[in-house]
This record gives sequence, structure tokens and C-alpha cells, in this order.
Amino acid sequence: MRKILIANRGEIALRIIRTCKKMNIKTVAVYSEADEELPYVKEADTAKLIGPPPVAQSYLHIDRLLEIAAEEKVNAIHPGYGLLSENADFAERVEKEGIIFIGPSSSVMRKMGDKIEARKTMVDAGVPVVPGYESENMTIEEAREEAAKIGYPVMLKASSGGGGVGMVLCEDEQALNQHFEPTIKRSQTYFGSGKLFIEKYIANARHIEVQIFGSATGEVFHLFERNCSIQRRNQKVIEESPSPSLTEPAKNKLYHLAVQAAEAVGYKNAGTIECILDMDENPYFLEMNTRLQVEHPVTEQITGYDLVEWQIKTAFEEKLPVTKQEDIQVTGHSIEFRIYAEDPKTFYPSPGTLTKVHFPNGEGIRVDIGYEAENKVTPYYDPMIAKFIVTADSRHSCIQAARQAFDSVSVEGVKTNIPIHKLVLDSAEFMDGKYHTQTLMNIKGE
Amino acid sequence: MTQITSTMAGTVLQVLVNSGDEIENGQAVMMLESMKMEIPVEAETAGKVSEVKVNAGDFVNEGDTLLILE
Repeated sequence: MRKILIANRGEIALRIIRTCKKMNIKTVAVYSEADEELPYVKEADTAKLIGPPPVAQSYLHIDRLLEIAAEEKVNAIHPGYGLLSENADFAERVEKEGIIFIGPSSSVMRKMGDKIEARKTMVDAGVPVVPGYESENMTIEEAREEAAKIGYPVMLKASSGGGGVGMVLCEDEQALNQHFEPTIKRSQTYFGSGKLFIEKYIANARHIEVQIFGSATGEVFHLFERNCSIQRRNQKVIEESPSPSLTEPAKNKLYHLAVQAAEAVGYKNAGTIECILDMDENPYFLEMNTRLQVEHPVTEQITGYDLVEWQIKTAFEEKLPVTKQEDIQVTGHSIEFRIYAEDPKTFYPSPGTLTKVHFPNGEGIRVDIGYEAENKVTPYYDPMIAKFIVTADSRHSCIQAARQAFDSVSVEGVKTNIPIHKLVLDSAEFMDGKYHTQTLMNIKGE
Repeated sequence: MTQITSTMAGTVLQVLVNSGDEIENGQAVMMLESMKMEIPVEAETAGKVSEVKVNAGDFVNEGDTLLILE
């Protein structure tokens, strides 16, 4: 009997356990002292305490994870998303232990994990990238010169950054001067590298990504796009699939670009090509995520496939349930709302104890949640409480259903962004599907 | 004597002032990190820092004293 260790926590750990149960695979969960009470710990066949709450001493503690993997004699490790999921050193160590890492190879991960390297790879493969400048040891003079060439506004980014951390918008040279040093410092603090890059900032851009999947035998499929343009602090809040307001030719161009990008690195397993689209629907490669995404459920809802099952099968070198691109079709429309423990006015996190957690159920409603009432949402980890996913025949009926469903959602004990979701659902921009990455701020009236 | 306290639980990422510094109302005195987010702590009054109670890397709870103004 197969046994998988899940090197993650909360909703995604629970989500992976469910698929493992369906596939008759045993699961080993790991938890920190802060997470002992969470549902995923009870749901796994075995649960092991990994360490104190801070991630460096628990979920990022590679030695301890491998120790548990050896004790439990697991065949494979699923990293989920975030945490160690895109850590090439971890993937390599797992491979060296003779354990299957459920994801791409560590070498591909290393290549795509460095934003500079990833862009170079894409340029060589003929994939359009946002005009930008990349350098290992950038000086302020160099930054000024290159930013002027690219043309303001520019985005200054930490190469190894992610999750909206380590990027700052510079409207002009004065802003660049002001943000340059702090960005390098922050990049070193957070990501252990001061590497920077400057990228043209595309106004009113849409953030659209394509789910791709590389089979064990080397075919690359796409599973359509997700529009993730409703964001705050450069982080996604609402994602939907298919994307509204996107012409067929633009979609096809995007799928082609994504498959081409994945083929260029010989990609295996689940991955996402993130792109931004300018006002004329031109796609530009932004980055590749070499893991399962938070928003994967909307893709599962419209295609009817279980991506975690695909990930596991591919890792064990088994066949996928599809043999050609035409086997993957879209049915209906799906929208995911991320419920965060945060102040809806300031977007500052709001840790605390959940006193009440209620979500409706029924046709077209999926709730991926990692907590239950009485659980603590602690300051150690990401503030996401749940993903509320609504699916219907059309976008219009999906929005109607979501509005209705939100009336019976109640999460109490911490502040949440539920009011924000209601605002978005009632806004004209979201209704007509012509929204972009600044829309949420506009709706909120900042 | 005025105290600046933490508005939330989190880790001290950076201490931006030293004992003896004159600070202005609204000045960021510290950066906290909670739930993967950086949050600046701002002084709500001007004054002179008499004591910094925490170091970068410390974990603080909501209401903990971060620094004391004369």
C-alpha cells in the first residue's frame, strides 16, 4: 500500500488527504504546535508533531521532515503550495532519499524558481516577456539608466520574491531612488538574495494564468485559463475560470504560449504559467509556478478532473485519464472567493479564535477549508481561512448563485474580507467582466 | 512616559529607531511581520525614545510594549 507524507498544513493538506483516500493511499500529516487542533491532523492516517509554530522550526524544517518520512517509510511527499513547494533544495533532498517528490524535477524547479533565469528561458523559447532588465548586482545608477530605457512607470521586484512581497511600483525616478535600497534589503531579509529586476508596469493589466500539466510520458496539456485580476496588495482574492471578456483568438494565443513555455523546460506534473495581458489582449509571460495553485479548484470544477489525482499518478509514472488535448473540455463557469482573516478596511491580518464557521452546501457549492469553529487562526501562517467556490452553467448564474450563497456564509471571531467579496459581486465592473488588477481598490474607493 | 504597544501578534522584523532618538508623530518605529505580511508600527506622538523593549526576531503579542518614550 502506498503512503504519502504531506509537507503542508490547513486546507491544502486536507484537500490532498481526501484525494489520497479516494485513491486508497495512506497519508502522514505533519503539524506544528500551533496546528494540533486543526481538522487535517485528525483526518490523516498518521499525524506527526514537527516542531514549534514558526515555519523555520516546523514546516520549513527539511531535516525533520525527511526524518519523519524515513520513520514512516513513505513512498512520496506532496508539498502542497507555498512553504517548501517551490524549494528546489528540498525537492533534490527528497529525490536523493529515494522518495518521490510530487511535482516537477528539482532541476526544472530551480530553473523556473529564479525569475531572471525563467525569463531568459522564455525569451530563448520565443515566448513574449514584459520588457524589463535583470541583473545580479544592480547599482542605483544602473537601475536609473535601465528604468529610463524601459520607460516609467516601472515595477521593482525581488527576483526570488513571491506572494506580492518584495515588489514596489515606481512612478518616476524619484520613487525609484526612494525604493531601491529598501527593496534590496527586504529581498535579503525575506528571500536570502538581493537580486533585483525592473519591469515595465502595465497599466490596467489583467492577470491571467494557464493551468498546464506535463504527463509522465512527456505530453503537455493545458486546462484552460483562470482570471486572477481581483487582487489586493498584489495578491489574488477572487479567481474565475473561464475568463470573461477575452476573445477566442486571445485565449488560443495564451494556451499556445503556456504549452510552449512548459515544453521548453520539459515540464512534468502540474504547473501554472502566469501572464499579464495589456489592454490589447497581448499576453506577456510573468512567471511559472512549479506547483499546485491555491486557485486550482475552479479548474477542477469546469473540467471535472481532480488535479491532485493527476499529480500523484504522474509522480508514480502512471497514465493520465486523458490522451489528447481534445479530451479536456470546459463545462460551465466557476468562481473562487478566498476568505481571509483580515480587516476588510485596512487589509491587515486579524488573527484570533474562530467562534463560528458556517458555509452553505448544495449544488455548485464547494468549500475548501482548513479550520472549524473553536480553532485558532494564528499569526504564524497565511491568513486564508477558506476557499469558497461557486460553480454554475454560466457566468451570470454563477454570480447570482454566489450572491445568494454569501447571504448564508458566516465566519465569526476574527475580522474577515467577506464584506469585500459582497462589494465585488455587486459592482458593475465585475458584472461586465472587464475588470483588471486595480479594480478592487477602485471598488473599495481607495 | 508613553508606551508604544503592538497592535497585533507577530514577529518583529526590524527595529527602525534607537534609544535616544527623537521621533515624530506618525514616524514608523518598527516593522512587524504577521501572517506573511509586513506591518509598520507608527508613533502616535512625537518624543524621545528612552527604551526599546524588543529585538528583531522577537515574537510579540497584541498589547505588548515595543518601546517607551520619555
